[in-house]
Amino acid sequence: MEKRVVFRSAWLPYALVAPQIAITIVFFFWPAVQAVWYSFQLQDAFGLKSQFVGLQNFANLFRDGNYVDSFKVTALFSVLVAFFGIAISLMLATMADRVLRGAMAYKTLLIWPYAVAPAIAGVLWAFLFAPSIGIVTYVLKGWGVDWNWILKGDQAMVLIVVASVWKQISYNFLFFLAGLQSVPRSLIEAAAIDGASPLRRFWTIVFPLLSPTTFFLLVVNIVYAFFDTFGVIDATTQGGPGQSTQILVYKVYHDGVKAADLGSSSAQSVILMFIVIALTVVQFRFVERKVQY
Amino acid sequence: MVENRPWLTAFSHGVLILGVLAVAFPLYVTFIASTLTLEQIMQVPMQLTPGDQFVENYSQVLTAGSTKGSKAAASSMLFNSLVMALVIPLGKMAISVISAFAIVYFRFPLRMFFFWMIFVTLMLPVEVRIIPTFKVIADLGLLNTYAGLTVPLIASATATFLFRQFFMTIPDELAEAARVDGASPMRFFWDVLLPLSKTTMAALFVIQFIYGWNQYLWPLLITTDESMYTTVIGIKRMIVGSDSANEWNLIMATAILAMLPPALVVMLMQKWFVKGLVETEK
Repeated sequence: MEKRVVFRSAWLPYALVAPQIAITIVFFFWPAVQAVWYSFQLQDAFGLKSQFVGLQNFANLFRDGNYVDSFKVTALFSVLVAFFGIAISLMLATMADRVLRGAMAYKTLLIWPYAVAPAIAGVLWAFLFAPSIGIVTYVLKGWGVDWNWILKGDQAMVLIVVASVWKQISYNFLFFLAGLQSVPRSLIEAAAIDGASPLRRFWTIVFPLLSPTTFFLLVVNIVYAFFDTFGVIDATTQGGPGQSTQILVYKVYHDGVKAADLGSSSAQSVILMFIVIALTVVQFRFVERKVQY
Repeated sequence: MVENRPWLTAFSHGVLILGVLAVAFPLYVTFIASTLTLEQIMQVPMQLTPGDQFVENYSQVLTAGSTKGSKAAASSMLFNSLVMALVIPLGKMAISVISAFAIVYFRFPLRMFFFWMIFVTLMLPVEVRIIPTFKVIADLGLLNTYAGLTVPLIASATATFLFRQFFMTIPDELAEAARVDGASPMRFFWDVLLPLSKTTMAALFVIQFIYGWNQYLWPLLITTDESMYTTVIGIKRMIVGSDSANEWNLIMATAILAMLPPALVVMLMQKWFVKGLVETEK
């Protein structure tokens, strides 16, 4: 789409885009190019000398059991976050769409976790689940569950999934609610007259019509689990115990900042960049075509 | 509602109330913990009714900070967070609205090239270029400065796209009339385009305020000086060890202070918030 009426000036448009382009080059392109450059370099232990090693860093990564494990952890984590985040918020949105009384109040009370920083969400849940003083831990103990996420990897995973889903529900909820409100009433009414039960109407009419929203949220939630949950993890498990909650982004940070292994960390950054590019392409193809049954 | 099913309606309310409680429970416990003494929190199970330490805990974090880990006072951290939460949205809007104006209302060589350059930034989140971006900031001498905290985050493709999309919906007749009347491009921008963009800006501001306030990885990397900590970083730095080593009453009071401003913005500006959220994702 183009504008028919345009202004003419030899210099003005360049001056107008200059600030944004300058910041983009200095803080986006230049670092990204450097990340690619470092990923082909091997540095000595003191960071004084480096030599070009081609794809060596990448080959090392895929031979490294820790990195492959980190991939698996990330896959499990993002599937859990996306599945529970979407399922719970779809349930809540469907109910909120049904009730007439108090719909606005429910909405207001459900959306505020969006305002909570991921790191704070992590701290709140870590406190509830704290091995010796947590309230949830106390209740679990009453049920005979021995809860200690500091020592047990699968429980640490549960903790970060709960905190991440809790924070993301409000976002998903708003999009589902908007999607539900655009489902034509006449379709639902026709099905009701034909005697279809509410559950049947949901699965045969509403859910298929919501498929674009669901697909969009699936991509957004995976991106969220990949990147934005860094704060949740850093404030709670820090990738531990062992490597059981070390997602890819956390490993880039850990290897680059704490272990100061520039080559490996940069190679991991480059791989992540490809993942982001793939996810963005998927998202935009979808926006253009609007998946619909 | 299509048909009257009292049981189903009751069930719906039940599910929603359960959802609201699950969402609110961590906040409630946090608030309670922020009004107790540390000894009271350490008693298992912790009491679930407010204690009497509200004034003591909050005045301690606001003026002095905790005694373990980070010793930054919450008042200075809140100020740093506020700087990020205001400078990022305002800077973002300023540079995005002019670049969108140039891309929509001018024809010039390299126009599409610039457009794609901005677009590609979507694919380069901070998380994937941690180390090199840190080096750039260090080389520019911007560690532990407000400029370092904010400037790298104000370039954004989403805001530019949002303005571009909005400008596309403005009738061509307006620009035509302005040209016929002999108005310069900048005159048209100030007197026609900006006033029309008010609602878009309000929506964008709410979203970006929360984005700026809640930044984590970026301030974590480039602030080492306690006086530059943002609230979210400060909370993380107050956690020094396992359960009993932390001053949970102070951590929780700081957490409440950190959540309050963005939560208020979301609840009070709900209309703009929802609009901004839905439109920035288009």
